[in-house]
Amino acid sequence: MTPTLPEGVERRPLAGEEHLATRGPPVYGEPTDGTWRAWDPGRSKLGAMLDLGVETGLAGGDSVLYLGAAAGTTASHVADFAGPTYAVEFAPRPARDLVGVAADRGNLFPLLKDAREPATYAHVVEADLDAVVQDVATRGQARVAALNRRFLADDGRLVAAVKARSEDVTAEPGDVFEDVLAELEETYEVLATERLEPHHDDHLGVVARPR
Amino acid sequence: MVGGHLTGLRGDRAVVVQTPQAGVGAPTARDGGLYGLAREAGGMTDEGWFAGRDPDDEGALAAAVREGRADAPADWPARAVAAGFADDREAYYERLHAATVRATREDALERERAADQQLVHAVRAMDDCDRVANELAERVAEWAGSLLDVDVAGVDGARTVADHSPDTRAENRLVSLARRVEGLAGEADDLRTFVERRAPAVAPNLAAMAGPVLAARLISLAGGLEALAKQPSSTVQVLGAEDALFAHLRGQGSSPKHGVIFTHEYVRGTAPDERGSAARALAGKLTIAARVDHYSGELKPELQAELDERIERIRSRGEES
Repeated sequence: MTPTLPEGVERRPLAGEEHLATRGPPVYGEPTDGTWRAWDPGRSKLGAMLDLGVETGLAGGDSVLYLGAAAGTTASHVADFAGPTYAVEFAPRPARDLVGVAADRGNLFPLLKDAREPATYAHVVEADLDAVVQDVATRGQARVAALNRRFLADDGRLVAAVKARSEDVTAEPGDVFEDVLAELEETYEVLATERLEPHHDDHLGVVARPR
Repeated sequence: MVGGHLTGLRGDRAVVVQTPQAGVGAPTARDGGLYGLAREAGGMTDEGWFAGRDPDDEGALAAAVREGRADAPADWPARAVAAGFADDREAYYERLHAATVRATREDALERERAADQQLVHAVRAMDDCDRVANELAERVAEWAGSLLDVDVAGVDGARTVADHSPDTRAENRLVSLARRVEGLAGEADDLRTFVERRAPAVAPNLAAMAGPVLAARLISLAGGLEALAKQPSSTVQVLGAEDALFAHLRGQGSSPKHGVIFTHEYVRGTAPDERGSAARALAGKLTIAARVDHYSGELKPELQAELDERIERIRSRGEES
């Protein structure tokens, strides 16, 4: 298997181990080597997808809308290899950290907005983006993806980490994923799915393109 | 946490609409109402955040990022360059970066500050309303006993008197006073509803574990979520029992086992011999919950499971001995 990593993401020996890595200022005390810094797949669902060899369609230099940026751990790596990166986070506390991460990354634009209300950021986020990266821990993850379809170019990619426990804590994750994928199929064509164990329990990585 | 804020804000305004009495309702109107109005004032447009703005007015640009809206995205960089807002795409992204960083920093700070302090005001006002309503209800009961020859204790008694049709001037005053008691009790109920809705947005883990009202009381006693997160758990355990604690420190009486956390089922429902242990265990987990809420904001359902297990062990120990 030769997974295609986006340009700007490499597997490199760091601190005695091979790690996914990007080039940029360190953010969370990760191992570094010169300008390269390790991308921990255990702390990042997108990192886990790349580590597991999922074909995300991200090429490097992409324009990206990142939904659920939280404190910016993953968003910082995305901004390292991507072009303009719009990072939407809903909660004020992690948004404060996200601002810190964005401050020394000129292509990372933090936004304190609700991913379920795209009209509140459509005046800032540009159209025809290459990718929407979604990691929102809220019920209705398929709906969030559908609502944000409007920002994607027709040949763009949705790269989502679906969290089973956000939809229903009691249901079997497999059943939850089936429901979410079925709803997603209304607006997207699903290209690939991958369970993110052992990095993240009960998460499904999904790559899709707009219908 | 996700989902809490917007519904919470709508909730504030609903509370204000239901209880237009001046004075007590006013602070609530200030926190929710104005913010809600500001959001709506943006209106729906198909213009970008930079439209019609001075490229050098950073404050106005940040405000436009925060408050603006659009139905659909567009090629904003190209439009901004065409409109003369920036010389080229690169310059546009530079301005966008400055504006979004500033907007998000301001917005996050403002909402964080607002959220826990509004909760503190609300829970204190709730307790004030309850206390004053009960005090005045006693006065109503005394007066009604002399005037109407009825025995009407408490706030429910005052409600009965409020429904009475007055025949004399004295009865007019009595019934009017009883209605104030009824109004205050109603305000306390509305404040409780507000606290129950707001606490999970401010401190999701703490509210889930302690219940929203106790969570709000702990935040209030500490003076804020950050202050609570910085307390050692031994302090959290006796928050609200300051009189007993200082009496103990002066050498009078035993040390208090619990403060307001006594209202939690895990303390109150545990046998008296084991209550100290239960209070200590609960305070420990509540302190962790407050820290998680303040420093990360993530939901950690496993905290509750750990607490459940710990309390079960403490209680079964009590049964054995």
